Amino acid sequence: MATAAREEEALLNGSREVNTICGFCGVGCGLTVKVEDGIIQKVTGEKDNPSSHGEACIKGREGWRHIYSDKRLTYPLIRKNGELVRASWDEALDLVANRFMQIKSEYGSDAFGVFSSSRSTNELNYLAGKFARTIFGNSNIDSCNRA
Amino acid sequence: MATFGAGGATTSYEEFEHTDLIICWGSNTQECHPIIYNHMRRGMKNGAKMVVVDPRKIDQVRRADKWLPINVGTDIYLANAMANVIISEGLHNKEFIERATENFEAYREKVAGYTPEYAEQITGIPAEDIREVARMYAKSDKAILNWTLGITEHHNGADGVFALINLGLLTGHVGKYGSGLNPLRGQNNVQGGGDMGALPNRMVGGWQWDDPEAHRLFEEVWGVPLPEKVGKNQAEMLDAIERGELRCMYVIGENPCQSDADEHRSDRLFESLDFLVVQDLFLTKTARMADVVLPAASSWSETDGTFVNSERRVQRVRKVVEPPGEARDDIMILRDIANRMGANWNFETAEEVWDEVRALAPNFSGISYERLEKYGGIQWPCLDGSFEEISDNTPKEQLAAGARGAEESGSAALTTDVVEKPQIGTKFLHAQLWEKEVKKRAPFTPVDHEGPVEMPDEEYPFQLTTGRRLAFHNTGTMTQSYKKVKDPEELLEICAEDAQALGIEDGEFARVSSRRGTVPRVKARVTDRVRPGLVFLGYSFADQVPTNVLTINAVDPKSGTAELKACAVKIEKA
Repeated sequence: MATAAREEEALLNGSREVNTICGFCGVGCGLTVKVEDGIIQKVTGEKDNPSSHGEACIKGREGWRHIYSDKRLTYPLIRKNGELVRASWDEALDLVANRFMQIKSEYGSDAFGVFSSSRSTNELNYLAGKFARTIFGNSNIDSCNRA
Repeated sequence: MATFGAGGATTSYEEFEHTDLIICWGSNTQECHPIIYNHMRRGMKNGAKMVVVDPRKIDQVRRADKWLPINVGTDIYLANAMANVIISEGLHNKEFIERATENFEAYREKVAGYTPEYAEQITGIPAEDIREVARMYAKSDKAILNWTLGITEHHNGADGVFALINLGLLTGHVGKYGSGLNPLRGQNNVQGGGDMGALPNRMVGGWQWDDPEAHRLFEEVWGVPLPEKVGKNQAEMLDAIERGELRCMYVIGENPCQSDADEHRSDRLFESLDFLVVQDLFLTKTARMADVVLPAASSWSETDGTFVNSERRVQRVRKVVEPPGEARDDIMILRDIANRMGANWNFETAEEVWDEVRALAPNFSGISYERLEKYGGIQWPCLDGSFEEISDNTPKEQLAAGARGAEESGSAALTTDVVEKPQIGTKFLHAQLWEKEVKKRAPFTPVDHEGPVEMPDEEYPFQLTTGRRLAFHNTGTMTQSYKKVKDPEELLEICAEDAQALGIEDGEFARVSSRRGTVPRVKARVTDRVRPGLVFLGYSFADQVPTNVLTINAVDPKSGTAELKACAVKIEKA
């Protein structure tokens, strides 16, 4: 684990290129992301991608700056006395799990719903379905088409 | 959308370059799917004709061979009228219909009343143009028909999709290289979300909810029995909140309070919840109402995983950089909540989660992370096995993977079927329809036209339609921070004639109201992209111009999608 962490850190420093997939529309263009010192410098179309062959539109090439927006959420928030205030992960996750269990025992499985994201990965969408069906105990899950 | 959720585009992008006719129906492909449009452009260079069916004179019209400026929400009428022409002129593919389809007689009867002359009155398209495009489609050797939300975001969007699929079956333009039926997906992973079972009535792998074998399989892998009842879709969940039945929502990466129709109602419903958890990159409008907000990593650049694109290709997203501050990978957040509630989810990587998917979904079983590294993206279905096996999946095996669902629902004619196999994965679907022995026939689904729920009247005399523009995306959380881009604000598209009558000049501000809400100030763009009586708004600057306070929550019961493409508004100078 320690070795893996060190390797990861080494990877995150210096200049490198990583291939990933665009996060905007459903075309799914391959992107090559140039990273220096752990920060994205430039995004171009990935030449060998079998769907897009190196092409990418303005959203893919320029739209990445949103991940560095100062409006990104960087810590959990919980509502106290009507206000959203900073909380630790443990505090936030404990609260979520406890309230979910409380509501389930009070109102049963039908009291829950999940909106999953067509922006996120297959892995997340699969787990969100599993969460609804095995943890909440219903099948109230949908992923919306234009958030 | 649910009806086509476990289906997908039948062709590959490359086939746009090897076809004779491309129809973009309710799809502003050039602006909304620019790189797919590049494939189409190369196809046009190779001689393919382009037909655009769209109420607006979008840029793509300029290069098209034919533009059908259809009245909003009359697509089914047009499709049925085209079928009427094709059948009455004997241009339908009788041999294909005979051997590969069913229910043709009912369809023939249904479209018999949809003459081009009647259609002209409803759709606004001259009867001769309807005839011309119908003939073009029927007589082309190969043709690809594409659609997006212009078809599906109506109160009868699912019927609209059937109307188009019927045309493909009528002419045999499906299941062959260079011919097909393609829903182009709006979001990076709409295809994957449906494929993964993030839908109320479908499980990962295309399993239908009521399939006993699915229940057995999932219980075996998940260790607990599946819930008995089918779930609620998005619209049904909102109704359940209104009735007080649904008291707690877990919203992951969505902003329903800004993206859904009738925004004021959504606000009220989300505020009434006992407990709301929102997991997102930003403090969206929905997040501001939450009891707990969990900071997530950006899926395409800060996590490992996979997406599925509009040609069914599973592709790897990779963690390029660390998420900011304490933000975490979505799947780890889900795991940690599940485990606090007594589950035993012990994966450490996205790959372990994906391998669980492969165990449940035959269509994906051959697509391992290892193979994704080796081959790049892989188009499903792709069964597991040696290379020889996966490059030679027999139709029978592939049918076992997904067509079962279609049979039982009796309606979704084209879910997951079969295949040609030049390489690993599946280039185009439904090749079995052309085999000697057709194992599963595709049924026609006759549908009738029904106009938009809310039409313009004296009080609200304009029709509003909505959509996306090239550089901007959806509720704008990701695209408002460009350095330099043309028109970085919302614009109300209105024609010169209407603008003049209202005393509004290009660049001046307008106030737009519907029965549900008001956009107090939006800049007018006087343009010939829209015709008299029709106006257009995007929805990517939702904090400044909350377009969805205007739209109507008229939901298609079959798909759960609201009629975001049509409502009535009035316009004043602001």
